[in-house]
Amino acid sequence: MEEDEYAGGVIKKFLYVNRRQPHGTVYALESLETVLIGAAFDQDVSMLFIDDGVYQLKKEQSPDGIDMKNFSKTYRALEMYDVEKLFVERESLEERGLSAEDLLVDVEVIATADVKALVDEQDVVLSF
Amino acid sequence: MKFAVLVNEGPYQHQASDTAYQFVHAALQAGHDVMRVFFYHDGVNNGTRLTSPPQDDRHIQKRWSDLAAEHKLDLVLCVAACQRRGIVDEDEMKRNGKDADNIAEGFRISGLGQLIEAGIEADRLITFGD
Repeated sequence: MEEDEYAGGVIKKFLYVNRRQPHGTVYALESLETVLIGAAFDQDVSMLFIDDGVYQLKKEQSPDGIDMKNFSKTYRALEMYDVEKLFVERESLEERGLSAEDLLVDVEVIATADVKALVDEQDVVLSF
Repeated sequence: MKFAVLVNEGPYQHQASDTAYQFVHAALQAGHDVMRVFFYHDGVNNGTRLTSPPQDDRHIQKRWSDLAAEHKLDLVLCVAACQRRGIVDEDEMKRNGKDADNIAEGFRISGLGQLIEAGIEADRLITFGD
């Protein structure tokens, strides 16, 4: 596709904010598709998982029982797309009885106060 | 200011498309540039010409199409979201072996790269949706 050839030379800081559980609505899946396509543009990409969005990274998902595609393994492939800055809000994990060990990928766990700083430093914030 | 707009919700069910329209209209009136409106998730449902709302209600699709004609707006529907939801132009009709297309005047179907490109090139990318 023509967008794979994008050669504008501009590098912006993109933050994808994932706020929703992986199933129930299509936002999580379609957000991930945006991240994967966006990787071709060589931007400075970070992802933030907050609220029920932390469930997107939960290990051992098996949505086959509800006839949903298990796309959770794709988060482990993000590294190959040079998407390596994954942030998870600590309070969101704790409220749900989760810790970093419950997650599929290595993440940086940050406090709510640091979330604000992270968002502030971005050029483009896409929140799904 | 050069704006880009992202619409993440379909028409009528949700006010996001209405608010996005009001925003784009106001921005253009104020002399700003809107380089692209990108429709994603159920937002692609704003781009079917087959909607027929009651006459005393606003016609959301037609409103977008008219604005596009007046201001040469670039209205882009995400191809992957369209395929899931049955929004089809002539190319997609042929590619997927369908017997009809339904894309509205002034809209085009393209990839998610168009959203990323808009984020890079615009001064501000504004999202409308939950």
